[in-house]
Amino acid sequence: MSKKIADATIPIIPLTARFQRWFGRNLIRVYMVLAFTYLFIPVAYTFAFSFNDSGKSNLIWKGFTLDNWKNPCGAPEVCNALANSIKIGLLATIFSTILGTMIAFAIGRHKFKGRSTSNLLIFLPMATPEIVLGASLLSLFLVFKINPGFWPTVIAHVMFCISFVVVTVKARIASLDPRLEQAAMDLYANEFQTFRRVTLPLVAPGIAGAALLAFSLSFDDFIITNFNSGTVITFPKFVYTAAARGIPAQANVIGSGMFFLALAIVIAGQFVNRRKAR
Amino acid sequence: MSFDASSARGDLILTRITKEYGDFKAVDDLSLTIPKGSFFALLGPSGCGKTTTLRMIAGLEEPTVGSIHLGQTDITTTKPYQRPINTVFQNYALFPHLTIFENIAFGLRRRGIKDVDAEVNKVLNLVELPHLAGRKPTQLSGGQQQRIALARAIVNRPALLLLDEPLGALDLKLRRQMQIELKWIQKEVGLTFVHVTHDQEEAMTMADTIAVMNEGKIEQMGSPADLYDDPETAFVANFLGQSNLIKGTISGNDGDSLIADVFGQKISLPKSRSHAVDNSIYVGIRPEKFRISLLNTPVNGNVLTGGRIEDVSYIGVSTQYQVEMPWGQELMVFEQNDDGVAPFNKGDAVNISWAPVFTFALRGDEDVTAGSEVNPEDPDEE
Repeated sequence: MSKKIADATIPIIPLTARFQRWFGRNLIRVYMVLAFTYLFIPVAYTFAFSFNDSGKSNLIWKGFTLDNWKNPCGAPEVCNALANSIKIGLLATIFSTILGTMIAFAIGRHKFKGRSTSNLLIFLPMATPEIVLGASLLSLFLVFKINPGFWPTVIAHVMFCISFVVVTVKARIASLDPRLEQAAMDLYANEFQTFRRVTLPLVAPGIAGAALLAFSLSFDDFIITNFNSGTVITFPKFVYTAAARGIPAQANVIGSGMFFLALAIVIAGQFVNRRKAR
Repeated sequence: MSFDASSARGDLILTRITKEYGDFKAVDDLSLTIPKGSFFALLGPSGCGKTTTLRMIAGLEEPTVGSIHLGQTDITTTKPYQRPINTVFQNYALFPHLTIFENIAFGLRRRGIKDVDAEVNKVLNLVELPHLAGRKPTQLSGGQQQRIALARAIVNRPALLLLDEPLGALDLKLRRQMQIELKWIQKEVGLTFVHVTHDQEEAMTMADTIAVMNEGKIEQMGSPADLYDDPETAFVANFLGQSNLIKGTISGNDGDSLIADVFGQKISLPKSRSHAVDNSIYVGIRPEKFRISLLNTPVNGNVLTGGRIEDVSYIGVSTQYQVEMPWGQELMVFEQNDDGVAPFNKGDAVNISWAPVFTFALRGDEDVTAGSEVNPEDPDEE
């Protein structure tokens, strides 16, 4: 029997079958390349055109220059708008992270009447169309005789960021072993020390993630901001208005800068996580 | 504060403790004194209330009714961090974000102890893992984590150390080794250990005193030898090792002994080991106390005749026999393989004999299967 098999010639697999097999094995890679191309072409485009020696309108490639990067505040109002966005973003992040984390602990850790209702209601702002939120917030502010501007915008941003913070932090709390806190209490840590030494450090990555999410949501927001900011120009508002006249290349510089900052934060986070796990 | 619970020392006294969860009584009117310096085991199957009892001692649960005293101090409602009691948790509960050193130092730092370094290093040497001080808990094996959890508790020199199924997650060989080590450490540091387990062998290896718990109550308490040789209930007889329980009636009295009638055959048993309330009893004998002999071989002590070997299993240190008796019951017999005697064969007609002192008697209205059907390997309580 074994001799017979040895004598037999090795069958040649036809070319089409070989291609099919290669395709089957590599389909996921092909798909991945296509997907990432799709995702990153706009980013690459933005980045490339930040080097455009554009002049007034940044639509046509007119030659390479580093001037835009050397002088990101060159275009009128760009940096003023950016500063407003960062200020609003930081304030919204701080308030929404503190409030949202407290809500997440309340819902995630304590049993109280109306807990499941709160759990459901917290999702509602995420599901409401922004245009509706923006418009109704504006009318609400006007009813209370508050003029649109910087602080109404902060209040609006805190409102829509809270839900995202709660959801993110709650997920982290849910994965926390309650026995760790019991162990801390057992080892002479009172409620506050247990929270400070054990609970908070373990939930911290979730809180940090939530804060980043809140900042990027706030920084990015146009619709709600447009309704409630009055004469205050934020970066998205600036880009939107500029689009009519021609967006300056400095907007691309700032956009690319934000992208690389976010990328750096993600990579640093991964690095820290890996070091911690080792 | 009128008293300082954290410095309380002395015996642990539980007085008429009941813990209810809704309609379910996890612990039912339990009273218990754990002497200072002892190695005490709470042994029972899943859901018997042993872990709940431990958590009430630790302060993680409050009893519905009853009080807990440590020496003269009432600690019933004090917080866990106010009690001089530390726990080795079932899955160790080491803090994942802290190094081994900081894990062990945690309790010392909270209490504001000055010489943290020396204390931590001393206890790391005691558990023989000083080289791991800088690691994180996830980098340690299960056995190492177990020792660190122990070190983290004993470094505080608590009045009472609670161990909640501390060896449950370890493999058998490591568990044996840790049993011996724990016992040694307890002697070395001289603390009171309260050990909760479902593993009767573990309890017997380590503890001076065992309380067998069942359905929220203590069935029986005593030294391992007392519990094993003289169980008072069918649950204890079956849960702690194995027992042959044979229906019988007390028919007479002979000095310190009672005479019992077992399906027409007379046997004798010590009065002190009878826990019967009337003449109806179950006669109990441990399988290794039986001797098998062929018919017509003269034997001493109690004899039951008319047996037939039904099954033989050779397991190295001993041979286990199932012997069917004339009344239809199969008795379990363990014979040591130490006398060069050829083992008996299936179908042999035999007598069973034993020394009368090894006999105990239970109440005749007991459920003879109590404690034998529970699955002691199931570690999920709560």
